[in-house]
Amino acid sequence: MSHQQPRPTLDTLEIAAGNGLLHRRAFLTSGAALAAAMTGYTLSETAAAQQLTDAPWSTKAGIPIPEYATPSSFEKHVVRTLTNPRGEPRTQHARTPHHLLNGTFTPNGLHFVISHSGAPDIDPAQHLLVIHGLVRRPLEFTLGTLARYPMQSRMAFVECGGNSAPLFSNEPVKTGVQTLHGLVSCAEWTGVMLSTLLEEAGIDPRAKWLIAEGADSLALSRSVPISKALDDAMIALYQNGERLMPGNGYPMRLLLPGWEGNMNVKWLRRIKLVDQPGMSYYEARTYAPILPNGKAYQFYFLQEVKSFITHPSPELKMSGAGFYEISGVAYSANGRIAKVMVTGDGGKTWAEAALQEPVLPKAFTRFRLPWKWDGGPAVLQSRAWDEAGNVQPTRAEVIARRGQTKTPVTNPAAFPSQHYNGPTSWAVSQSGEVTHVYA
Amino acid sequence: MSTRRALFAIALTILAASYVRLFAQDSPHLGKAISEADVAAWDISILPDGTGLPPGSGTPEQGSTIFAAKCAVCHGENGKGGSAAAVVGGQPLTSGIETPKTISNFWPYATTLFDFTRRAMPWPRPRSLTNDEVYAVTAFILAQNKIIGATDVMNAQTLPKVRMPNRDGFVPRFPERIP
Repeated sequence: MSHQQPRPTLDTLEIAAGNGLLHRRAFLTSGAALAAAMTGYTLSETAAAQQLTDAPWSTKAGIPIPEYATPSSFEKHVVRTLTNPRGEPRTQHARTPHHLLNGTFTPNGLHFVISHSGAPDIDPAQHLLVIHGLVRRPLEFTLGTLARYPMQSRMAFVECGGNSAPLFSNEPVKTGVQTLHGLVSCAEWTGVMLSTLLEEAGIDPRAKWLIAEGADSLALSRSVPISKALDDAMIALYQNGERLMPGNGYPMRLLLPGWEGNMNVKWLRRIKLVDQPGMSYYEARTYAPILPNGKAYQFYFLQEVKSFITHPSPELKMSGAGFYEISGVAYSANGRIAKVMVTGDGGKTWAEAALQEPVLPKAFTRFRLPWKWDGGPAVLQSRAWDEAGNVQPTRAEVIARRGQTKTPVTNPAAFPSQHYNGPTSWAVSQSGEVTHVYA
Repeated sequence: MSTRRALFAIALTILAASYVRLFAQDSPHLGKAISEADVAAWDISILPDGTGLPPGSGTPEQGSTIFAAKCAVCHGENGKGGSAAAVVGGQPLTSGIETPKTISNFWPYATTLFDFTRRAMPWPRPRSLTNDEVYAVTAFILAQNKIIGATDVMNAQTLPKVRMPNRDGFVPRFPERIP
């Protein structure tokens, strides 16, 4: 090593904010030399006390490689949590285990699902998409037809309007990131731009909205402004490179990047252009949050700028003082994430987190910040800014506008309201327990 | 002046046509033409002004019998609630942000009731009710909530005229995004 300066240690790294938050580039700027130094530091702390031997799996041939791989048997705990596993006649929720994932996209088997009547078992050879109503030529498309169209791929998060709803509770619900924020995921979606199909059908100038409808038993329908359809809406056929998962809309769904999950109609079979919104059940009733004055928001559309810390979080116990990486995800319907700030002392001081490149619009951005935990009490929280200048509001700001429950929410999977985009605070105790608090 | 205006209009038309052609070049035009008549069986969208409501009619009394036979198993006797939500009654929305939303305290349009009942109910056999049955069940639920009279007939003309109690209870979150 040609590096002549003294080896940096955890003690000489630049502190960026209270309770041991380090500068976001503490590791990046000094490059390999520092990384090596840090490795050495770690090894000297945990010096091996026994000689290495071969493990049993290293001395025999491994198991056959399957046609379609599933994760290691040691990863069986990395699963979604289900609210209605037997498919009783009510909504099912499958929540993404964000604390057990890292990076920016969600594996298909772990992508969140909300289904109001289960996933239909659709034969793709018989599935049709019809575009009609205020168009010059009503058209039908098979999956085979759409497969011949020019396609695009893009990363996009999809978030349920009810994600993070337990944070409307007047007392913090003692649960973890999967329960609080498991109804958002991010994937690379590939398909045909809806604008291409609408132009082919010929949009009647009287058309202001479209009603998208699924082939599920509820024929779930939502109204979407034509302007969004022409902006960046996609008929998505592929999810992270493979065909959509049944719960995510196989064989095709409407993708409205950044907009309320329920509007991204799954199992899409019909698009009708109309001159007024349909006021369907899910827009007139379900996804219209009640305000403190008794009025209700209608057509919320956007999933506004939000971030939350996934590591550490309540499901992950800390294993003693020393170095950790704080990381989480940030996203906004209004474009790219511009900045994420992290506090370790409940909001008194803040450090700017590093943003994992590439930072893409309307997609998860992974943020990271090195942390030297001194083993004392700490309160972690993140706040995000998007490129349109929107800042993630404080919880107090959200509650002032939107209200909170009068009594503590006891069912962590309940939805006291929708569209919470304030911050989430994790308290770290001296014993390393992480709990959800308000700060 | 009028000639100039006419020339301007022609120029605009040509521009618009080339604009459409520009867009159209993106598409290989593989969509198969289908007539609205052939879409009819799928076209179950009902708009708040009544567009899409089918022929037929029903009364609360007729709906009472159908509700008891096909709806009460989940929604309770006379819609008081069971394993599925109550379809009668409801607290004022000023009771709190988590107030259960009901047809009488929340739903802005009666057409939504017809639309959702027809497309999604009964849960085990959606789209199995006749249009007369959907009108009748809609009438029964509206009458139980005292939104219409006990003998009022619901059909394509009367249903869109029903004024729901919370019709004006909404504000758009982002008004600039509403077409």
